[in-house]
Amino acid sequence: MLRYIVRRLLQTIPLLIGISLISFLVIHAAPGGPVEMSTDLNPKATAEYRQRLAEYYGLDKPLHVQYVQWLGRMATLDFGQSFSRDGRQVSEKIAERIPVTLGINVLSLGLIILVAVPVGIYSAVRKDSWFDRISTVTVFTGYAVPAFWLALLLMILFGVRLGWLPISGLVSLEHESLPFAGKVWDRARHLVLPVFVSAFTGLAGFSRYMRSNMLEVIRQDYIASAKAKGLPERKVVFRHALRNALLPVITILGLSVPGLLGGSVIFESIFAIPGLGQLFYQGVMARDYPLVMGSLVIGAFLTLLGNLLADVGYALADPRIKTG
Amino acid sequence: MKVSRIIAVALAVAVLAGCAKKKEEAAGEAAPSSSAAPAYGDAFVEGSIGDVSGFLTAVTGDSASHTAAGYVFNGLVRYDKNLKLEGELAESWEVSPDGRKITFHLRKGVTWHDGKPFTSEDVMFTYRKMIDPKTPTAYAEDFKQVTRASAPDSWTFIVEYEKPFAPALASWGMHVLPKHLLEKYPDISRSPLNKHPVGTGPFRFLEWKTGEKTVFEVNPDYFEGRPYLSRVITRVIPDPATMFLELKSGGLDMMGLTPLQFTRQTETEKFRKSFNKYRYLSFGYTYLGFRLDHPLFRDKRVRQAFAHATHKQEIIEGVLFGLGKEATGPYKPGTWAYNPDVKKYPYDPERAKSLLAEAGWKDADGDGIREKEGRKFAFTVLTNAGNESRAKTAAILQQNLAAVGIRMEIRTLEWSAFINEFVDKRKFDAVILGWSISQDPDQYDIWSSKKTGPKEFNFVGFADAEVDRLLEEGRRTFDIEKRKKAYFRIQEILAEEQPYVFLYYPDSLPAVQKRIRGIEPAPAGISYNFIKWYVPKGERKYTSFQP
Repeated sequence: MLRYIVRRLLQTIPLLIGISLISFLVIHAAPGGPVEMSTDLNPKATAEYRQRLAEYYGLDKPLHVQYVQWLGRMATLDFGQSFSRDGRQVSEKIAERIPVTLGINVLSLGLIILVAVPVGIYSAVRKDSWFDRISTVTVFTGYAVPAFWLALLLMILFGVRLGWLPISGLVSLEHESLPFAGKVWDRARHLVLPVFVSAFTGLAGFSRYMRSNMLEVIRQDYIASAKAKGLPERKVVFRHALRNALLPVITILGLSVPGLLGGSVIFESIFAIPGLGQLFYQGVMARDYPLVMGSLVIGAFLTLLGNLLADVGYALADPRIKTG
Repeated sequence: MKVSRIIAVALAVAVLAGCAKKKEEAAGEAAPSSSAAPAYGDAFVEGSIGDVSGFLTAVTGDSASHTAAGYVFNGLVRYDKNLKLEGELAESWEVSPDGRKITFHLRKGVTWHDGKPFTSEDVMFTYRKMIDPKTPTAYAEDFKQVTRASAPDSWTFIVEYEKPFAPALASWGMHVLPKHLLEKYPDISRSPLNKHPVGTGPFRFLEWKTGEKTVFEVNPDYFEGRPYLSRVITRVIPDPATMFLELKSGGLDMMGLTPLQFTRQTETEKFRKSFNKYRYLSFGYTYLGFRLDHPLFRDKRVRQAFAHATHKQEIIEGVLFGLGKEATGPYKPGTWAYNPDVKKYPYDPERAKSLLAEAGWKDADGDGIREKEGRKFAFTVLTNAGNESRAKTAAILQQNLAAVGIRMEIRTLEWSAFINEFVDKRKFDAVILGWSISQDPDQYDIWSSKKTGPKEFNFVGFADAEVDRLLEEGRRTFDIEKRKKAYFRIQEILAEEQPYVFLYYPDSLPAVQKRIRGIEPAPAGISYNFIKWYVPKGERKYTSFQP
């Protein structure tokens, strides 16, 4: 098992290099660079200044040299310095944002599983019942509705009209002066809307997948025989069917990691959450190459890690899969 | 950052500045009674689309950073509420009779936030850093004009120029940096001060949570008197819709409204009860710019026909809900450089048609589009995506022009593709863009025939010998009357030549929470007297920030 994991981890290295090369080319192909972004239509910025700025950022060198230099730094895990005028290390910037994004995503993923698995099971077992129909419509509504629009509606309702929940941000302005319990409560209140929106819009995939897997499994002969033996339905469903139906869901879980990070760009902007998605978006808009590359590498790494974990989970859950 | 898509204005004091015209709903601004007397305390919370990128204005270019730095730092001079230069860290200054030497007399007794005294050494240091090639600053040019700088004593700073250079005076509004904290850093943008500023300003830096907020606390020893507000908090809210909801729910104390929000979405009892809305001309204008060497636009009569065909009032109604003013030139009405008596082009499609016919453009084949020598009068106007008001302006313009037999296609482009691939390479017929108007009327970069190179700003290719001479004249004297004469004449020529069709000046539309008092709109806008803003004792909102 350990050898399998190590081998899979080593396999990610060429993949990461490939991903970084493509990302590098794409971001450099985008019109305008960091120099243009900060000087366009600014009459104070002379040609000489632009030239100096390009040298300052190392953009005067040919593209392949820039890439090789970047790769060389990456080999020592040096993400480089952000082009933004705060001049901070990219790794430092990403490190302070990642807990926020991962935290919210883990919460929403947890919520999704908590809701999707029972809903999926129940609608499969009671196929075509009222519950099945209503839950189908509900999860598809969540799937179809644009996240930003739903977020704004909920903000208007709970933030402006009712005044129950804060609209944006992670903590309130007087957070520091609150007692410990107050701090936890404050943070929880701020998380309700973002986590709900992110979970609600992501519910459909999981619950539908769970339902169809379950349907497939309960049609199997061994379920029929379990029922024929006179086992109570509860036992049939949870002991015999569920484990088999859950297997593919693990794969989906691993594959959903990039989707969650991508979705962060939108809802972090809407809810003014200082996470990785927002950082990445601003980096792209300012053509902050080191920051964009750094975020992409981290994103790619997390995705590959998600896949790996899914495979490992799969192997653990299904003894038929050989990992040698 | 969308804000930097118009000329970045060098001085932080310019941010939010505007010309007072009319104040709406003055109810909350009654004469201060005893319950509404100025009191120390409370916090002021504002929103910003973008995060700060650093606090040293010399090396940042975005408006979020300049606004933030404005709380902490001071310049030698600044624009007062009537847009005249006044001393800030300089108590006074003299310009020598030949206009080549400026002597600044500095304020005594000013201290940095760490307690060290402010002296001419700091000014000298700032000047040296501005011209140091190691400093990545876009503002070096103004300081490179200085031929000699000296600090004969701690309170005097003298600069000499080869030729008199009027915009130079305003360039000394650049924030003065503390020498004792920066001298060991060759590149000031990489110094800790860029993240943790120490200045002489009305507020001290307290905290910067990246992507979330910046917090400043009052400087009780501020040389112009202690500000009333205890804290200033700027929250980063990237989405404008969210920002508006935050404002309505009470999470923000001030925000610039869009015309739609101003006219339709804030006309509720609830909003009126908690906010004062202000309205005054902003420092900027939107224009239709022609590529002047384009065969369609070479003829002045064609450009004048465009001006007559454009229904500016309809554009203002449709795009700005009436919250703006017809533009006649590149200066802001009410400022000293603005010439109100230039040639006007009232909406007159008939006059436009006859001008076009005069220029040889006639619709012979009756398809509704004029042609000349076998060429149809059809062209494409470019503007940047994401700017709704420019896109709407283009749509109205399209109708206006169709009515006089001109076909205009509209193409919106992503900002950097628009600038780098089309404007910089002169691959356009016409553009809809905007400029912000700097307080100093020197517009050499926009109208001089020497500024038509790549990445320069006379991209329409305007060339007029008299304008070139007048631009030179205007920047070479400190005499306001002489400058005024030069700029008045420039405006006459621009009005005659119509290298741009000047469309409109939009209004600034800030809304401010009613508990904030002391706001007095002036030609400079509302934020010039920020240190006098206060919250009466009984109306305090943030009680954990004690004065």
